[in-house]
Amino acid sequence: MDPVIFLIQVLNGVQYGLLLFLVASGLTLIFGILGIINLAHGSFYMVGAYLAFSLTERMGNFWLALAAGVLLAVALGMALEWLVMRFLYPRDHLYQVLLTYGLILVFEEARSLIWGDDVHGVQVPAALDFSIPLTDTLSYQVWRLVMSAVCLAIAAAMYWLIQRTRLGMMIRAGAVNREMVQSLGIDIGLLYRVVFALGVALAALAGMLAAPVSSVFPGMGNQVLIISFVVVVIGGIGSVKGALVAALLIGLADTFGKVLLPQLAGMVVYLLMAAVLLWRPQGIFGRT
Amino acid sequence: MKDHRNPRRRFLQAAGGLALTASPLSAPFVIAQPAPLKVGLMLPYTGTFAALGNAITNAFKLYVAEKGGKLGGRSIEYVVLDDESEPSKAVDNAGRLVNRDKVDVLVGTVHSGVQMGMVKVSRESGVLSIIPNAGADAATGGLCAPNIFRTSFSNWQTIYALGKVMVERGHKSAAWISWKYAAGEEMFKGFKEGYEKAGGRIVKELWLPFPNVEFQALITEIAAAKPDATACFFAGGGAVKFVKDYDAAGLKARIPLYGNGFLTDGTLQAQGASAQGIYTTLHYADSLDIPKDREFRLNYAKTYKLQPDVYAVQGYDAAQLLDVGLRAVKGDIKAKGQLVAAMENVTIDSPRGRWKVSKAHNPVQDSYLRQVVGEQNKYVAVAWKALEDPARGCKMTA
Repeated sequence: MDPVIFLIQVLNGVQYGLLLFLVASGLTLIFGILGIINLAHGSFYMVGAYLAFSLTERMGNFWLALAAGVLLAVALGMALEWLVMRFLYPRDHLYQVLLTYGLILVFEEARSLIWGDDVHGVQVPAALDFSIPLTDTLSYQVWRLVMSAVCLAIAAAMYWLIQRTRLGMMIRAGAVNREMVQSLGIDIGLLYRVVFALGVALAALAGMLAAPVSSVFPGMGNQVLIISFVVVVIGGIGSVKGALVAALLIGLADTFGKVLLPQLAGMVVYLLMAAVLLWRPQGIFGRT
Repeated sequence: MKDHRNPRRRFLQAAGGLALTASPLSAPFVIAQPAPLKVGLMLPYTGTFAALGNAITNAFKLYVAEKGGKLGGRSIEYVVLDDESEPSKAVDNAGRLVNRDKVDVLVGTVHSGVQMGMVKVSRESGVLSIIPNAGADAATGGLCAPNIFRTSFSNWQTIYALGKVMVERGHKSAAWISWKYAAGEEMFKGFKEGYEKAGGRIVKELWLPFPNVEFQALITEIAAAKPDATACFFAGGGAVKFVKDYDAAGLKARIPLYGNGFLTDGTLQAQGASAQGIYTTLHYADSLDIPKDREFRLNYAKTYKLQPDVYAVQGYDAAQLLDVGLRAVKGDIKAKGQLVAAMENVTIDSPRGRWKVSKAHNPVQDSYLRQVVGEQNKYVAVAWKALEDPARGCKMTA
């Protein structure tokens, strides 16, 4: 492989990996801290993309739409947690799978009622709608670089939030021992609601950022759901750092798998997962 | 994770379907009239292909309404079933229509995998079947049967003419990219055959798993291979994303993009500027100068407040073809031999232009070259006059 092309493929892999991280980070938070297997996570990604489509049309500005969309996603997360999720904490994983699968159906149907079944496009913000030439034939879309930058910023912000703030401390404590945190006088219900809303907002944000390049279409959430679970499992359940490493690994494996092993392209990611689990059954950064 | 329907919903849909068929509008119970002819519409009404199923249904009913609600002197009763584009339920669903609901005619469907299940039921039961979309080559190839007709296309047929067009436009070498699944592979075979016969050479074959839409790595490969042009098959959301990604990577101007019509049909609004100028081949186009097309578009738009598309045309022709058969036997669906013979020897005056039925029961139709202009797939030229599917493996062609 030509070295320039090789570097471009690395860039492709990293860029895809960072976007995956943004989706999967919310999933790993909800999974790791609340202990909920949230199959509806892909739906939040889809809701984000459709919100970006509607709000951009209505407000005429992608960034305003993004801000409004995140607020709406937080509100949605809060409401969902209060309405259904909080009844799941003491229950078996099977109940969680059933309920969150039900939510997928609800969100798909709601999407069909509100937005219909057509494919839609979202315009890249005009100031960023250009490409940088890399070789004589290939250019790189600046929006993809912007997406990556935002993902990196979010990763840094999450690290800071969880490791350096009081809220982060409570979240970490709540993940380890729910009852102890409660008996220390911390409102664990509110804490969990915040974490769930944060997870929803991260997925929706990923959907909104991806909307201009991925377009907006029915069932788009299901495509990212499975790969997000792979990221969470490889990275170690509940580990945001693990999600970042795993997402980058998967981004690169998927990219080079398609190029070098086209016959196995659909399997490379899962082979990687199997290999990692053989080596470390708890995931790369998972707690034993 | 494709199937999101639950049983209660399906029950409600079935109940809705029953209510529809029992309504006096579609089944006038007047004494001394022949019993209505039962037409089973097995199409996707939910999921990704819902819009296609609705377009086909609308146009089919439009034709029947134009004929006063009767075909061959028989009033028409519809039994509607949502196939959900779910291949694993196809045989059961089709069997239910044929054995329980006792439909006289089976019309459907869109998804090729579901179609294979329906073809099985059609072959076993002998029920008259009309395929208004699904392009699986085998339906009028290796699995062809006297009672199975298609009013749409074979996958081969949508893209065979593209190779000749590309060579004529000076593109001697090409990269191919598509999803690796049955339809993608059939399209590739059709393209390859046409392109190599015309003197073109495929220098790069790129595939990705269905329905993956991470194209960036493969677009980079196309840029590295530097072919004269790229040919592809994508549809729906994937087509939108591919066209946008291809353009954003700066390839469109240097390595022109070609495909069959699904690349730009029903997706232009979402693709925006990225799709402008792309050439595609298909058996239908916007701004065709055909009186029948103008009339059809006007009536359809008036009735449904929607613009018709290629799928609507195929549904309309399914009703036309059925009408031909029924008229020949005066509504007596049991006279199979005569009915089939009439349907085989007809020339359908379609909005897409006139077409005949091949020996394998697939349309022999013109393949049009179209170019994206604004939000239209504008007719440019006839890419191939009266293109007939080779119907490989079909015993009826001998």
